Amino acid sequence: MNIFQAFIEAIESLSANKLRSSLTILGIVIGVAAVIAMLSVGQGAQNSITGSISGIGSNLIFVFSGNFTEEVRNPQPLTKADAEAMMDEFLAPSVLAVAPSISGNIEVTYGGERAQTSASGITPEYETVRNYSLLEGEFINNEHLIGNASVALLGVDVADKLFGRRDGVTGETIRIEGQPFRVLGVLAPKGGSSFQSADDVILVPITTAQVRLIRRNRERVDSILVQAVSADLVAQASQEISDILRTRHRTEVGYDDFTVFTQQDFVATAQTITGILTIFLGGIAAISLLVGGIGIMNIMLVSVTERTREIGLRKAIGARRRDILIQFLTESSLLSLLGGIIGIGLGWLIGYIVGRVAAASGTPFTPVIGLDSVLLATIFSTAVGLFFGIYPANRAAGLEPVEALRYE
Amino acid sequence: MTDIVIETKDLVKTYKMGSVEVHALAGVSLSINRGEIVAIMGPSGSGKSTLMNILGCLDLPTSGEYVLDDERVSKLSGDQLASIRNRKVGFVFQSFNLLSRQTALSNVELPLRYAGVTKGRKDRARLMLETVGLGDRVTHRPTELSGGQQQRVAIARALINDPAILMADEPTGNLDSKSGKEILDLILRLNKERGTTILVVTHDPNVAALTQRIIRLSDGLMVEE
Repeated sequence: MNIFQAFIEAIESLSANKLRSSLTILGIVIGVAAVIAMLSVGQGAQNSITGSISGIGSNLIFVFSGNFTEEVRNPQPLTKADAEAMMDEFLAPSVLAVAPSISGNIEVTYGGERAQTSASGITPEYETVRNYSLLEGEFINNEHLIGNASVALLGVDVADKLFGRRDGVTGETIRIEGQPFRVLGVLAPKGGSSFQSADDVILVPITTAQVRLIRRNRERVDSILVQAVSADLVAQASQEISDILRTRHRTEVGYDDFTVFTQQDFVATAQTITGILTIFLGGIAAISLLVGGIGIMNIMLVSVTERTREIGLRKAIGARRRDILIQFLTESSLLSLLGGIIGIGLGWLIGYIVGRVAAASGTPFTPVIGLDSVLLATIFSTAVGLFFGIYPANRAAGLEPVEALRYE
Repeated sequence: MTDIVIETKDLVKTYKMGSVEVHALAGVSLSINRGEIVAIMGPSGSGKSTLMNILGCLDLPTSGEYVLDDERVSKLSGDQLASIRNRKVGFVFQSFNLLSRQTALSNVELPLRYAGVTKGRKDRARLMLETVGLGDRVTHRPTELSGGQQQRVAIARALINDPAILMADEPTGNLDSKSGKEILDLILRLNKERGTTILVVTHDPNVAALTQRIIRLSDGLMVEE
């Protein structure tokens, strides 16, 4: 008896009990669908987060005040002078551009429209470092900076909210925290991010922000964005920055009172988090696959009992132990394989729906069903069928022909 | 090749029922020649089913010797027995025991599948069905056949591998007298035409009367031949 015949017979025998067979594979369908959906959503989330981090700019290094892992007393704030020091060609040759910024939440009004958004005080370098382009108007330049000019660049979300349009708003006057600002231009959309839309911002000159909007120590900045000369030099650049800051903050001994993150660090951290999440969700889904497998075992045991006479007859006319074993293993693996295939389809559908729901709620996000997860699900579900089929099949194969034929 | 197809010596079969030992066979020695048609009779509990199971290689004797068609069967493993059953024994049961989901043709073909025959199975099965007079029923399923026709399918299945013996266990037990008669005629004809050795287990004296020889069993022993 070869595998092909066993396959045909298994199909015949499964289709003889269609309702039972379909209920049995339902367990596997749900299990596999859950695994596929979780893996695809997890992978999609990872891609989305990675994409939004990469979308910030290229070869970036983020410098924050304070130490995120160790307790440091009285951390010194980052200052404009710190940022200027990083531009030193000799101490930091790997640094291409430095963009200090401060930010805060503000209220902006135009006519009767009113919006809460975040404002960042920036320098002209911010444009290249963050890789911004403009839909219209011009970027903030050094003259605006020196003159504490009341000018603002709008993200498209803010423009939408205030004006209901994205063009022809340059030159209009809006009020930020009640003070008049001239609209200098509109930023090209950066696309959605998983955290917060990168387009829901207002950019103003850092000097203006310090004087009029976000009042704090005039030297202090919230964060410094540094762009390295090339991707290869990111690590070196962050080393140079750290050295400069240690000298300036006099923390050569002991812990740093600042934190340097590279873009890759962010990506790696995000990937670790989403990876753990994916494994966790996939693990829960795998449990339902296990339950489905037990369902198969249960039904196969019933089937063996039901077909005791048939097994006896097959043995009487010459079926060997192996023949019976193959017959029942084929049936159980076929059940789970079928469940796996349907489950992959269903999982894909769930992933697709999750993607659509996410898109509808403003977080564009594409679940990714990789070939690897499809293969994994197929192999795993068939293996589940095989594993849980072994016991019933073995029981069938081990029946004594005399006993089996006598069975009523 | 001798003319003796079945030879047994002191076949003993004991079952343990709890702590009690039951002697189903208490030393049966018999020999059956090729081409003979033999009835095994006896009241229930006489051990005739046990004898048939052992002669049909479904079961092994506790002690004693059994030679079937020049093969010593008494000490074989399960799979070896399966192969002997496949090649040398054909079974016909009281309740037909056909696979209800499959056509008459597939049912007849089944022993060839287990024998590992890959070519010409369908043709051989069709020919066999014609031999038993069911040439026009090959694609019917057992549920679409009468009892007599089902038993014919079972006979065709039993004979497809040209076995050394055909074991028929109450072959007419589930049939009305007319189709029972037809089945017996078929068995007799096959015995005559093909020279198949046939063992019929029965307690119907009318059936036994048609055979050349009757073996009577009582309490696990042969009492009369």
